[in-house]
Amino acid sequence: MTATAAPTTIPLVRELAALLGEDGVLHRRDELVVYECDGYVIEKAVPDVVVFPTSTEQVVEVVKLCNQHDVPFVPRGAGTSLAGGTLPIGGGVMISLTRMKRIVEINARDRYAIVEAGVVNVWLTRALAGTGVHFAPDPSSQTACTIGGNVATNAGGPHTLKYGVTINHVRGVELVTPEGEVVQIGGVVEDQPGFDLTGLLVGSEGTFGIVTKVIVGLCRDPEAGRTLLAVFPTVEDSVEAVSGIVAAGIVPAALEMIDNLMIRAVEAAFHFGFPVEAGAVLIIEVDGVDAALDHEAQAISEIVQAHGGTIDKAIGWRTREEPEYKAIWKARKMAFGAIGRVSPTFCTQDGVVPRTALPHILRFMEGVSERTNIRIANVFHAGDGNLHPIILFDEQDPDQVKRALQASHEILDECIRLGGSVTGEHGIGVEKLAMMPKLFTPDDLAAMTAVHDALNPDNRCSPAKKIPVGGHCIERTSPGRRAPA
Amino acid sequence: MEKAEHMNVRPIDPPVAEPGVDLAWLADRIAYPLFQQCIHCGLCTASCPTYVETGDENNGPRGRIYLMRSVVDGRLGVGPEVRKHLELCLDCRACETACPSGVQYGKLIEPFKIEMVRDAPAGKGLSLIQKVVLHHLFPYAGRVRAALLPVRGLQKLGLMKLVERSGLLKLLPPTLRNMAAMVPTLQPASNLPEILPAIGPKRARVGLFLGCVTDVMTPQTTGATARVLRRNGCEVVVARGQACCGAIHYHSGAEAPALELARQNMNAFDFENLDAIVVNAAGCGAMFKDYGHILPPEERERGARFAAKVKDVSEFLAALGPIPPAHAVPMKVTYHDACHLCHAQQIRSQPRQLLAMIPGLELVPLAEGELCCGAAGTYNLTEPEMSQRLGRRKLANIEATGATIVASGNIGCTLQIARQAREKGLPIEVVHPVDLLDRAYEGES
Ligand code: SF4
Ligand code: SF4
Repeated sequence: MTATAAPTTIPLVRELAALLGEDGVLHRRDELVVYECDGYVIEKAVPDVVVFPTSTEQVVEVVKLCNQHDVPFVPRGAGTSLAGGTLPIGGGVMISLTRMKRIVEINARDRYAIVEAGVVNVWLTRALAGTGVHFAPDPSSQTACTIGGNVATNAGGPHTLKYGVTINHVRGVELVTPEGEVVQIGGVVEDQPGFDLTGLLVGSEGTFGIVTKVIVGLCRDPEAGRTLLAVFPTVEDSVEAVSGIVAAGIVPAALEMIDNLMIRAVEAAFHFGFPVEAGAVLIIEVDGVDAALDHEAQAISEIVQAHGGTIDKAIGWRTREEPEYKAIWKARKMAFGAIGRVSPTFCTQDGVVPRTALPHILRFMEGVSERTNIRIANVFHAGDGNLHPIILFDEQDPDQVKRALQASHEILDECIRLGGSVTGEHGIGVEKLAMMPKLFTPDDLAAMTAVHDALNPDNRCSPAKKIPVGGHCIERTSPGRRAPA
Repeated sequence: MEKAEHMNVRPIDPPVAEPGVDLAWLADRIAYPLFQQCIHCGLCTASCPTYVETGDENNGPRGRIYLMRSVVDGRLGVGPEVRKHLELCLDCRACETACPSGVQYGKLIEPFKIEMVRDAPAGKGLSLIQKVVLHHLFPYAGRVRAALLPVRGLQKLGLMKLVERSGLLKLLPPTLRNMAAMVPTLQPASNLPEILPAIGPKRARVGLFLGCVTDVMTPQTTGATARVLRRNGCEVVVARGQACCGAIHYHSGAEAPALELARQNMNAFDFENLDAIVVNAAGCGAMFKDYGHILPPEERERGARFAAKVKDVSEFLAALGPIPPAHAVPMKVTYHDACHLCHAQQIRSQPRQLLAMIPGLELVPLAEGELCCGAAGTYNLTEPEMSQRLGRRKLANIEATGATIVASGNIGCTLQIARQAREKGLPIEVVHPVDLLDRAYEGES
C-alpha cells in the first residue's frame, strides 16, 4: 500500500475530484485493478483514473479536462463487453456511466422513452411492464448490460430475427463529442431528414464520443405468443428445419438452436427439462395476433416433423412475464455461463454466415473439431445465421490452447469465405481488430478511417477500438473470449 | 503503462508484497478453483445492492471476486480500500442467484470476512458493541430480553416514538442509534411448553426453533408458527437447550463461537426422531443448512444430517400440503423476499403460495422485491450508512405498492422495514407470512 490516504498531487486527478467530489473519482491502484478488463479477459489495461459523472454537464467537463491534459478517455457501462470494448488502451480516464441511470421519460402513446446511458436494459423492460409497449433488443446479458452499451455495440439478442437489432430501435442520442460539445442527434419522431447520423453512431463502439442519453423506440407488446421446443436427432436436421420454416414464409420472433453439448450443460445448471439425449433442440417463438398463432404453430410443427423432429413442449403465453416462458429463456440466455460447469476454460466466438450456409458451416465445425481434437459446443441465433460456437479447452495445457486458437481462426476464416462476418452482435472492440483487414479492403478501411478522423481527430476518445487506426494490431496468443453472449 | 508520464498521470504502483491477511489460512478455506469458476461475465452486477447504489465495480460481486483473487494471487494487499469494499458486502447472495456459472460467492467472502476480523489492525476488528452483542447477548435469548428492558420501559410509557420523532436519537453515535431504532414495540415473549400436541389427525412431528432475536422481538410470530403447525396436524417439540444459530457470529468473522452454538443446537434437537426442524427466521434457516460444510471435517457428516431436517416454515408447510384456512383476511399485502430465503435457500414460491391461500387477501407485487433491505445481520450496525440507503430504497418501493402490510420471512428484514416505516411515519405493518396465516385460521384480523 503506497500513499493511499494522502490527497493526490496529480493535477488532473485533483481537478477531477474538484469537479465530481472525492466520491466520484477512483485513482488508487487498489481500486483501479477491477477496471482492467470487462467480459473479455484476454487482454488487460488498467486505467489511471475512473470517474463517475452523474450528468451530461459533468461528462462534458471531464472530456474537456482530458483534452486539456492530453489524456485518452474511454466510456464504460456495465463492463459486459465480450470484445474488450471498454479496455483503456494506453491508460487514461475511464468514464463510468453507471451513475447516469435515470429513466427520463416514458411516452407509451408516441412509443418512445428517453433514458440515460447507464440504465440497465432490463430496468427499462421492468419500467415498461403493463404499459403495452416494450424495448425490443434483449441481448443475453440484458439483466446487466446498459442501454448505452447496447448502442455502442448495436447489440442484438434472440428476438432480432423479427424485431431487428438496437439500431432499429434508437431514434436519437445525446452525445458528448470527443471535443466536449453536447450534440443532439435524431429526435423523438422517426425518420428525421438529413444524414442518418444516428445510424452512424449506433455501433461505433464509443469512437465518436460518449453517448449520455438515448431516445429509444418502443414496440407494441404482442397480443400473445407460442414458444415451441422442438427436439431433433441431429444438428443438421435442426438447421434444415430452420431453413424450412423461413422458406415457408413464417417470420418467427426467435429461432434458437442448442446442440447436445450445450443441452447437457444447461440442464446441469438450470434443470429446465431439456431432453439430454437430443442431438439438438430449437426454441421457436411466434408472436402477434392470438387468432393466427395456432395456425402458425401448427405449420411449424409440421415442418419440424418433416425434418425428423418432434415438438417436446409448447407454451402459449399472453405476456413475457409468465413463469414457464421466463424459465425457457433464462435457460437459453444463461447457456454460456452454464458451460463453465463442464469445461475449465472456454471461448465464445461470434460469427455470421448467410442462413442457407448454416448446414455447411456446422459440418465444417465438426471437421475442425475432429482435426484439432477440440470440443466445440453450439448455441446460436439460427434464424439470422449468427453463430456462437463455444470452444472448450483447458488453459493449463499450452498445446490445447494452441489448438483452440487454431480452431477459432479456421471457423472465423470460413465465415468470411462464405460471405459472412466475424461479429454478429458483440462488436470488434479490441478483440477482433486484427480481423478487420480480412473483412475489408484497404480502400474500405481508408474510408472508415477518414470518417473516424473527422469525428475523433485526436483519437483520444476510445483509442484503438473498432478500426485499426495508427497501425495498432494485437498478436493473439490465446483464443478469443470466454464469456457469455 | 509506458505512456503514463507524458499523460500527466502517475504510473501504476509496483505489485505488493505485503498481503495484509494470512494467505495460508485463507488457502486452507478457499479452494482456488472456486475463483476460476468466475468467468468475469458481469451478469451478476446489477443484482448486487451495493453496486446498484454506488455504480462502483469494486462494490459489485465480480469486482469483489477480482479483488479477493488478486489478494490471493499476490497482486494486491488488503489495505484500507480493499477492506472497505469487502466489508461493504451484505453477504446477501443475490449474486449467486444471478450467476450462470454457479459461482459460490459465499464460500469466497466468508473466509475473507473472518480473516479480516482475525487480522484486523488495532481498532479495526470487532467493535466493542459488536463484541458485546455477539458474545454476550445473542447466544442467550434471556439476556437479549433483559438488555431490551429499559427500551421496553420507554415503550410502555409511549416515550419511544417521542424520542424518535424528536430526533434525540441523533445524538447517539450511529451504531448505538441504530440499535435503539431497531427495537419494535415489544410483546411478552412466547413462553411455549416443551410439547404442543397436533390439532386434528397427526401428520408430522416437528421441532420448533425459536431463535434468540425472533422470539424476543416478535414472540407473537413464534406463537403463530406453533399454532399454524398444530393446525396442520403437527406435534410441535420446543426443544430445550436450543441456542442462537450462530449466523451473526459466523458472518461477523467470529468462527469459533459460531461452531460451539452449532454443536449445542445439534445436541438440543433429537433430530433423528423428528420429521423436520422448522425455522421461521430465514437467516437462521440458512445458517442451519450450512452446518454440513462449516463444521470441522469430522463433524460435517452429522452436521449434514441435521441440516437435511431443517426447513423454513413456508417450505415445510408447502411440502406437507397446507390445510386451507377458513377465515378471510381482507387486506392488501406485499411480500418482500428476504435474501436468506430467496438467495440462500432459493425459497420464493412457497411463502407466496401460503399467502395466496388466505381468503380475501390481495397480494401485490413489490418492485425490486429481491433487493436486500439493508438489514443483513449486524450490517446495520457495521455499515449504518449503506444500510440506511437500502432501507429507504426498500420503503419507497413498498410505498409505491399501496399495501399497508408487508410480509417477510426474516426477523432482520422485519425490524429494518418496520423501523424505516416508523421513522417516516408510515402506517405500515410488517409481519411474517405465518402471522397472516394464523389470523386466517383463528379468525381474528
Ligand atoms: S453478497 Fe450481496 S452485496 Fe455481496 S457481492 Fe453478492 S450481491 Fe453484492
Ligand atoms: S460471479 Fe458469476 S455472474 Fe458474476 S462475473 Fe463471475 S461468472 Fe459472471
